[in-house]
Amino acid sequence: MASIEHNGKSFEVDEDGFLAKGMTEWNEEWVDYVKSIEGITELTEEHRKVIDALQEYYKKNGIAPMVRILSKTTGFPLKRIYELFPSGPGKGACKMAGLPKPTGCV
Amino acid sequence: MPKHDTPLLDQLESGPWPSFVSDLKRQAEQNPQCWDILGQLELSYVDKITHWKHGGIVGVFGYGGGIVGRYSDVPKQFPGVAHFHTVRVNQPSSKFYNTKVLRQICEIWERRGSGMTNMHGSTGDMVLLGTFTEQLEEIFYELTHDVGVDLGGSGGNLRTPSCCLGKARCEWACYDTAAACHHITNAYQDELHRPAFPYKFKTKFSGCPNDCVAAIARSDLSVIGNWRDNIRINQAEVKGYLKGDYAPSGGAFSGRDWGKFDIQKEVIALCPTGCMWMEGDVLKIDDAECTHCMHCINVMPRALRPGVVTGATILMGAKAPILDGAQMSTLVVPFIKMDMENEFAEYKAIIEKAWDWWMEEGKNRERIGETAQRVGLPAFLKVMEVEPIPQHVKEPRSNPYVFWKDEEVEGGFERSLAEFRKKHPM
Repeated sequence: MASIEHNGKSFEVDEDGFLAKGMTEWNEEWVDYVKSIEGITELTEEHRKVIDALQEYYKKNGIAPMVRILSKTTGFPLKRIYELFPSGPGKGACKMAGLPKPTGCV
Repeated sequence: MPKHDTPLLDQLESGPWPSFVSDLKRQAEQNPQCWDILGQLELSYVDKITHWKHGGIVGVFGYGGGIVGRYSDVPKQFPGVAHFHTVRVNQPSSKFYNTKVLRQICEIWERRGSGMTNMHGSTGDMVLLGTFTEQLEEIFYELTHDVGVDLGGSGGNLRTPSCCLGKARCEWACYDTAAACHHITNAYQDELHRPAFPYKFKTKFSGCPNDCVAAIARSDLSVIGNWRDNIRINQAEVKGYLKGDYAPSGGAFSGRDWGKFDIQKEVIALCPTGCMWMEGDVLKIDDAECTHCMHCINVMPRALRPGVVTGATILMGAKAPILDGAQMSTLVVPFIKMDMENEFAEYKAIIEKAWDWWMEEGKNRERIGETAQRVGLPAFLKVMEVEPIPQHVKEPRSNPYVFWKDEEVEGGFERSLAEFRKKHPM
């Protein structure tokens, strides 16, 4: 496990830069850090909406939502999600929201 | 990186088949990173367990797939493979190359990667094996800007389509598989690069039922070339085979003496529907009974050819065993036209109908073949807007658990028990 320093805070992360302890360690400094590495210039209300939707779904269901459920709950088509998070909903948004790393045949 | 001792791998340098170990050692002379590939593999041979960590999420901005992240679980021992990401590069249809493109890609890969490749992955991609995270965007930039090639697919999306070599050099191709594969790949770039599906989805294009790209077994939507008129017979060439002028099957069995060609034994008696016969030295085929299995055409390629009204048969649902068992594709549409002129409109109508439904109905990580299995073939055909025909089944169901819809039953499903009891008192 590597650890990352950002604005005086430190975070435990895996090789792919996902929060090792997930949402328990998640905070605004983390959001700011991920913003700086995931190609996001300005954090908007729309980013917040995606993060909130992911966290809410994860707390309730224990898994990340399928892409089309994320689109439905936020009202953002996939195209918009990529505009907000250039790495996409998995590597970009889930990382920023502090969700565990997507797995399976990726 | 130093050389490691690889006594087990060294054994794989003997024997006549091209040795991947010898190749890697040769590559290692130029790129010492390859010594660590060999070193970690040797360790796996000793320990009998993989030394790659679980998963890995890396990629390039704008895409949700295309690169398979991989990290060593013994990075201190083998720093050269601490990161060992795989880059999938979309291959040209049927994998025809010129040396210029291959040299360009090799140059990039030797500079920014391990120099080791897989030509090609089972789905069709050119696979560049092993690089570090910080090189990914660089490689992507050079591939797109300098070579003009894009990444392939990975994740819950349309995977890289592939095809047999089709009309490029096969006289049996019933449509231009390379054109179809190329056009469809371009048409659905969004679906390929940004995962939006419940799970992966593959499509493959074969020119005839010989199915040289194994579409029926390895694609969710299998497009297999077919014809709907008569097999073309050249009787003069049939006589040539009878006289022994030509070796049957293009000489494919010349490695052993199978005796003189016997059309009765090797073709007519083997025809699965028994729809062939000889009248003197004239070969006859009852085409209405022919199932287009390709056997007679395969045996006598100079004498028999597919018909001229050509197109493709659409089958769907093939998948490997996980979760609920292996499936081959099942017939959905017996015949469609595959025309570049209308940009494969009939194919697109089918794939988009399938996607619209599956994206709504498919469960997380459920292949479309499993979704179809779950709802049943009749319900699946209904969403595909295909009228059920006998060709949809190998045999009718043997159990009597038949569902009827309310409107199909006279009087519907609303019944009064009181009315029943008037005739049948307790």
